[in-house]
Amino acid sequence: MHALSIKNLIKTYPNGVEALKGIDLEVESGDFYALLGPNGAGKTTAIGIICSLINKTAGDVEIFGHSIDRELAAAKACIGLVPQEINMNPFDTVLNIVVNQAGYYGIERHEALRRAEKYLGELRLWDRRSEPARNLSGGMKRRLMIARALIHEPRLLILDEPTAGVDIEIRRAMWDFLKRTNEAGTTIILTTHYLEEAESLCRHVAIIDKGKIIENAPMSAVLRKLKKEIFILSLRDPVAERPNLDGFDTLLRDDGDLEVAIESTRDLNDLFALLSRKGIAVSSLRNKTNRLEELFIGLVENRQGSNAAGSGA
Amino acid sequence: MNLHLNWIGFTTLVRKEYIRVIRIWVQTIVPPAITMTLYFIIFGNLIGSRIGSMDGFDYMQYIAPGLIMMAVITNSYANVVSSFFGAKFGRHLEEMLISPMSNVTIIVGHVAGGVVRGLLVGGLVTVIALVFTHLHVEHPLITFSIVLLSSVVFSLAGFINAVFAKKFDDISIVPTFILTPLTYLGGVFYSISLLPEFWQNVSLANPILYMVNAFRFGILGTSDISIAYAYAIIGLFVAGLFTVSLVLMNRGVGIRS
Repeated sequence: MHALSIKNLIKTYPNGVEALKGIDLEVESGDFYALLGPNGAGKTTAIGIICSLINKTAGDVEIFGHSIDRELAAAKACIGLVPQEINMNPFDTVLNIVVNQAGYYGIERHEALRRAEKYLGELRLWDRRSEPARNLSGGMKRRLMIARALIHEPRLLILDEPTAGVDIEIRRAMWDFLKRTNEAGTTIILTTHYLEEAESLCRHVAIIDKGKIIENAPMSAVLRKLKKEIFILSLRDPVAERPNLDGFDTLLRDDGDLEVAIESTRDLNDLFALLSRKGIAVSSLRNKTNRLEELFIGLVENRQGSNAAGSGA
Repeated sequence: MNLHLNWIGFTTLVRKEYIRVIRIWVQTIVPPAITMTLYFIIFGNLIGSRIGSMDGFDYMQYIAPGLIMMAVITNSYANVVSSFFGAKFGRHLEEMLISPMSNVTIIVGHVAGGVVRGLLVGGLVTVIALVFTHLHVEHPLITFSIVLLSSVVFSLAGFINAVFAKKFDDISIVPTFILTPLTYLGGVFYSISLLPEFWQNVSLANPILYMVNAFRFGILGTSDISIAYAYAIIGLFVAGLFTVSLVLMNRGVGIRS
C-alpha cells in the first residue's frame, strides 16, 4: 500500500503564484523518502496540502488509501508533522505540549503521559518536561517538535527541514533516532537542505523545482546518474608539481592536496595503480562535495539553463 | 465523526484553556475583580446612595446583576479572541488543524474555554457584589441558563473576531468600539423605562439588553423585557454565530491559504 499517493496536485495562490503545477508522487509504506528542492520550489506547499494546512487548487491526495477530500479525519490520523518553523506555544510546558497534542488525536491522558515519557526520554527532553518551551534551545525545540509529531504514533511522519540550525552532534543524534523510527515501521518523508542528510538516511528521492517533480527514483539509481565525482587526496609526501595521471583530470591545491576527477566509467583502482607507479602515497581520501549535492545542483542548474534558453527563444 | 476522539479533544482543549486562564491570572482574573470593585464603590455606594431605588430595588442591588453579566460577557469574549488569535499568530493553531479533531470540536472547545473564564470571573464578581449588597436569587435556573448562554454568545463572537484578525490591533477594535458601548447602553446601570420612547426602541436592538435584563430577572425578579423573548434572541445569536464560525472554519478563512 502507498503511504502517500499524490495525483496531478496543483496549487495556485490567490496572488497568482503557481506553487505546484501538477505533481504526481507515490511513497511506499515503510520508505524513507527525501523530497528535495531549492527554496520556493513548492516542498512546503505540498506538505501543507498533505497535512490540510493549505487548500489545494486541484488534484488528489491519499494517505494510506484515505482521501483528504472524502476521509479527512482518517487521513489526518495517519500523519505526524514536524514543520519547518517552530510552532509551539512558548508559554506551555514541554510536557503539556506533547500531552495536549495526544489529546487532539483522541489519546487518553494516562496513555498520553506514558508515551510522553517514552518519546521525551528518547529525545533527551524528559528532564526539561516542566519547563516552558521558551526556555529550550533551538535544537531542543526541534526535538520537542519531533516528540510532539510522534506522540500519536503516526504511520507517516513528515519532517520539513527538521535539522535546520541544529549543531552537528544533535543533528547526528536526530538522524539515529529517525533511522530507528523508520526501522520500527514508520514511513518518513524528509525535506532538507543538508543533502548529506538525505543521502545517508533516505532510500528514495524526489526533486521538485518550480512546482514540478524533475527527478523521482531510488537514491541508488539517482546517484548512479552522476557522470563524474571529484575526490581530494591527501598525499603522504608533498609533490612539487601536478602529476600527470593518464585519463584523470587533476589539480594540485594550495594546501598540497590533490584533486582528482573520476568519470563514472573509471575505477578508483585504476587511479591508485597509476599513483603507485609514480611513487605517490595517499594518506587519506574524501569527496570534494556530497554526491547528491552535485547531482542536485546539476539538475536544477540544467533546468534553469534550459528555461533561460526557452525564454530567450 | 469519531465521538470518542472528539470528546478527548474537547476535554483537552478545555483543560488547556483553564490552565492558560489560571497561569495568567494576573491578566485574566485580577483586572475584572478590581474594575468591578470600583464600579460597586463609585456607582453603587457613592453615587447610588444619592440615586435611591430603581424598579423598587436599592440601586446597588439593581446594578449588581448587570455588573456580573458585564464581567461574564467581556471575559468570555476576551478569552476566546486572545487565545485563538494567539494560537493563530504563533502558528500553534496548526497543532489542532493537522489533527483529526473536527472543526466543531475546535470551536466548541474554545467556546468552553471562554465560558470557563466567564463563569470564573462572574463568580468572583458575585462574591464581590455580596460584600456590598444582599442578593437573593429568585429564579436559579433562569439565572444560570442566561449567564451560560450569554457567555456562549460572546465566546462565539470572540472566536469569529479571532478568525478575521490579522494583527493584535484587530482583536481590540470590537471590544473597544462595539462591545463596551453596547454593554454600557444595555441597561447595566439603568432601566430603559427611564429613557424617552424613541431611545427605548433603539435600545431594544441591543442584544446585551436582553441578556442583562433576563439575568436581572433571574436574580431580582424584575425585567424591562419579556424573558421568553430574551431566550429566543439569545438562542438565535448562539445558532447564528455558531453557524458562521463553522462555515469560516470549514472554508479555512483566515487560517488556511
